[in-house]
Amino acid sequence: MSTVLLGLGLVVGLAMVGAAALALVTRSTVTAVLAAGLVSLLASVLFVVLAAPDVAMTEAAIGSGLTTFLFFFVMGRIRREGAK
Amino acid sequence: MTDTLLLPGVITALAFAMAFWRFTAGPSAVDRVVAFDTLTVIAVTGLVITALVSGRGIYLDVALVYALLSFLGVIVASRYLEGGDR
Amino acid sequence: MIALTWLGVAVMTAGVVFLALGGLGLVRMPDTYTRIQAGTKATTLGTILSLFGAALIMPGWSIKLLLIALFLMFTNPLSSQVLARAAHRAGVPATDKTKADALADDQEGLA
Repeated sequence: MSTVLLGLGLVVGLAMVGAAALALVTRSTVTAVLAAGLVSLLASVLFVVLAAPDVAMTEAAIGSGLTTFLFFFVMGRIRREGAK
Repeated sequence: MTDTLLLPGVITALAFAMAFWRFTAGPSAVDRVVAFDTLTVIAVTGLVITALVSGRGIYLDVALVYALLSFLGVIVASRYLEGGDR
Repeated sequence: MIALTWLGVAVMTAGVVFLALGGLGLVRMPDTYTRIQAGTKATTLGTILSLFGAALIMPGWSIKLLLIALFLMFTNPLSSQVLARAAHRAGVPATDKTKADALADDQEGLA
């Protein structure tokens, strides 16, 4: 593993820890969902750095795309039903 | 190839750190979505640098999927925020 | 061959510097709208320059890199516009130095 890959993996891993802590600490639901989506997006970058591109593609599709989309879709649905 | 890209990698990590600071500190939720968008665009460049360092072209497909899905996430989040406390 | 590689590294470094400037603008700008400006415009240019540099380093990857660059060129201004509209509708305040708000003027004229 070269120096560049080591540094990128270190930065991405530290950012993952920070985003996970933010998702736990914050009081706002939108921020928590965004931070959780950021954790899985950064996990997919980390999988690429660790030479597993297929796992990274699955993680990007499920973790970011499906989970974030589902959270915001359901939250908008709940808000509309509550306003009715 | 591995050490010639050391300087671009360091500057990318610097940009990533600054955008992440805005993600943690952003006062409003829109600030956090902006920082999220910037972070994913910087991460696409990081993926391309990773592909160049490793010498494997298959990583570029991951970068393409990544750009597509992060764009989708930003659009869905901002559509949600649009209907917020008006 | 070697000259092309070094040219690619130089172009890539220039693009990455634009990414760092975008991150610096994200930290230093006073309100949400200017942060949207810094965080999407500068990083679009930076990413396209870095992808061009990567295409100079590895000419065999040009097609995929061109696809990523085209995709970013289409989607980044779109997400910037949607974000700015969401901020305006959610009522995020602008900085005190703002002189004009054309969207609010238009909506007052329509109402």
